[in-house]
Amino acid sequence: MRHLLSRRRLLASAAAVPILAATAHGETISGQLPWSPFAGEPPRPVNPLGWYFFHPGEAAAVEAIVDRLIPADHLSPGGKDCGCAVFIDRQLAGSYGQASRLYNKGPFMPGLSTQGYQGDLTPAGRYRLGLRALNDYTHTTYKKDFVALSPDEQDTVLAGLDGGKIKLSLRPGFTTKEFFELLLQNTMEGFFADPLYGGNRGMASWKMVGFPGARYDYRDHIDKHNVPYPKGPVSIYGHEA
Amino acid sequence: MARILPKKDVVIIGLGWTGSILAQQLTDAGLNVVAVERGPWRDTATDFNIGYMQDELRYAIRKDLFLQPAVEAMTMRNSMSQTALPMRDYGSFLPGNGVGGAGVHWNGHTWRFWESDFEIKTHLTRRYGAAKLKDLWVQDWGVTWNEIEPSFDRFEYLCGISGKAGNLKGQIQPGGNPFESPRAREYPNPPMRMPYASALFAEKMTELGFHPFPLPSANLSQAYVNPLGVRMGQCSYCGFCERFGCGNYSKASAQTTILPVLIKKPNFEARTECEVLRVNLTPDGKHARSVTYLDVHGVEYEQPGDMVLICAYGLMNVRMMLLSKIGAPYDPVSGKGVVGRNYCYQTSAGARLLFEDKHFNPFIGAGSLGQTIDDFNGDAFDHSKLDFVGGAGITCAVSNGRPISNRPTPPGTPRWGAKWKQGTVDGYQNSMGFGSQGSSYPVRENYLDLDPTYTDRHGRPLLRVTFDFPDNDIAMSNYLSDQMEKMLKPFNAKWSGVSRLKKGWNSVPYQSTHNTGGAVMGGDPKTSAVNKYLQCWDVPNVFVIGASAFAHNAGMNPTGTVGALAYWAADAITTKYIKNPGALVPA
Repeated sequence: MRHLLSRRRLLASAAAVPILAATAHGETISGQLPWSPFAGEPPRPVNPLGWYFFHPGEAAAVEAIVDRLIPADHLSPGGKDCGCAVFIDRQLAGSYGQASRLYNKGPFMPGLSTQGYQGDLTPAGRYRLGLRALNDYTHTTYKKDFVALSPDEQDTVLAGLDGGKIKLSLRPGFTTKEFFELLLQNTMEGFFADPLYGGNRGMASWKMVGFPGARYDYRDHIDKHNVPYPKGPVSIYGHEA
Repeated sequence: MARILPKKDVVIIGLGWTGSILAQQLTDAGLNVVAVERGPWRDTATDFNIGYMQDELRYAIRKDLFLQPAVEAMTMRNSMSQTALPMRDYGSFLPGNGVGGAGVHWNGHTWRFWESDFEIKTHLTRRYGAAKLKDLWVQDWGVTWNEIEPSFDRFEYLCGISGKAGNLKGQIQPGGNPFESPRAREYPNPPMRMPYASALFAEKMTELGFHPFPLPSANLSQAYVNPLGVRMGQCSYCGFCERFGCGNYSKASAQTTILPVLIKKPNFEARTECEVLRVNLTPDGKHARSVTYLDVHGVEYEQPGDMVLICAYGLMNVRMMLLSKIGAPYDPVSGKGVVGRNYCYQTSAGARLLFEDKHFNPFIGAGSLGQTIDDFNGDAFDHSKLDFVGGAGITCAVSNGRPISNRPTPPGTPRWGAKWKQGTVDGYQNSMGFGSQGSSYPVRENYLDLDPTYTDRHGRPLLRVTFDFPDNDIAMSNYLSDQMEKMLKPFNAKWSGVSRLKKGWNSVPYQSTHNTGGAVMGGDPKTSAVNKYLQCWDVPNVFVIGASAFAHNAGMNPTGTVGALAYWAADAITTKYIKNPGALVPA
């Protein structure tokens, strides 16, 4: 016996992860385990073309930033070629960018460091404001866009954001350091996440460190102590390096 | 107006570990049971699908299976003089959501608290004198080891725990934990196979004269059929365990151990995506008559029942009591009241070692895989010359090498740029660590209550957590860091170091989802919210089951003890309460 009280998901707005289809129902379950075909929520790979959130100038700036945080060298391609900017763009265009799963009710008050971020800006709003303030800073200091700076100058600016030497013109509840930490966190997410999200193209980061990705079964190697794992990485959609 | 539904014998709030165990036991006893669960139905094939469960971003970073703060947040502060603010994202701990609760995405470390924990005040006073306890509010739990041991056994056999007994009926067993309290029989499954780092740790600890043993694990070392007839699979050491559901049916959860049997019973019903707003009491406040909940349309229902079992996550149990005015709220100024007192957490530190020529393969891991020493846990060592009580287990566990969050680098490595890349490559295969997971003892100032400012989406006050690490626990943890520092030498690592805990609990970085207390069990209604059977002193047809009942937290993961308390309470209901409804212990 199974009565559907609703097919609409309880948290349609709060949970909204646009790449996921809704499967759960508010329902009364009795007598047998509920089952319906095609009820899983597999992730949908992002389309790598174009920009969904960034304006062209923002996209260029973020591509330049991720290429300095993760520069190209003998270990891997750079952050731009690995798709980190595309990754961030798609994240900001989705539920992450809107902070839709977080607690967003006021009042908003300045907090202690132990209380976490207390600003009223979503990640998307923080990027929009932070990137504009970054360009304002480089125009004031260098008379150029961030992207037009030399790699050394870009590193100097990023180190200034990271180390507290540069204070961008942001707003109360959102510090320059918080902006840099957001950039760094999202860039690393893009570099190391499954390629389906737009970054880590060719599983470049997984090859770099030796992470086998989505393999899911190591019973044949758990006892082989101090022996390198022989297989390369595989991604969720089955691409093997 | 709420739609009033037909009365049930038992209404359970929350269908996680404790709700499932209580439902299973009470339906066996012939009662009609409905479980009202806020989150969605979840099962292995659909929601922990082996085709895409290995997604670090979605499950570990974006926290897809966890409770969303938009649904229920909490406020926090470190002391009463501060203004609590909402944790806008959960960080330090991650409550669960949906059927199975936090038992879906737990690691599976399955410990038994010790005999000396259940009678902690009596034990410490007898050994060291009352003055040793200083300002700690440690108190006996009201239940004794011999009473609770069979309930641990049942939970371990339900789950198929992989481990090695250290004390069988008083006989110390080689290879097991010599400090554990006596158990009636061996674990149902043999220990997990050990990864390199844990094997190396065990070798060095043995050389140092300590007593390493395999961490008791709810990840299964072999296929298993539990006493309910439910089949489970062998763990594949996939490295996507904690924060994830298991795609292999090899991590014990309500889904993999109970629900396939429970759901078939005609006297059980689960209502998912239905959020309980409050328990309704009779006008005299001494009897619960129903719960009020909202379904996904926001339609309000009232579900009457002869009994109400509050089986949500421990912190939510406390909030539900406060919102429903069950029991006297604790007041930290007067020290009176019981609901909210004895809130405890976990007191941890870590050691990390970096080599140049190793292949630790950190991605070959499981949620509960490793070696532990308990030589410095609880009261296993003499505290008479030390300025603290309590201790910690020291464990070398290998759970994952998921690279967004787990990529240690050599000291001095920058966080980005070319040198960061080289350091990441150098560190990934060459790092191992071990950590102390320490006890957390209650003090007057650490407590739970309702926030005066912030509310949830229904306008109900959020829970307010006021917590900092007590001086006793900081001293304990620093002593454990000293011990870990001494343990580093025989490893001959290129670099090694230990962390040291400081005051100022930070709600942002993940630490532990081991929040305990707030509705503690005990023998005295002045200092406990529920009696030794987890029955409310003030409202005897309400039982509150979970880590909320812990009178303190030990240096061990709580779930084994939570499972034991669930069976213990179920036994009290089926063998005592049903025959004679009312207070099982005179107040």
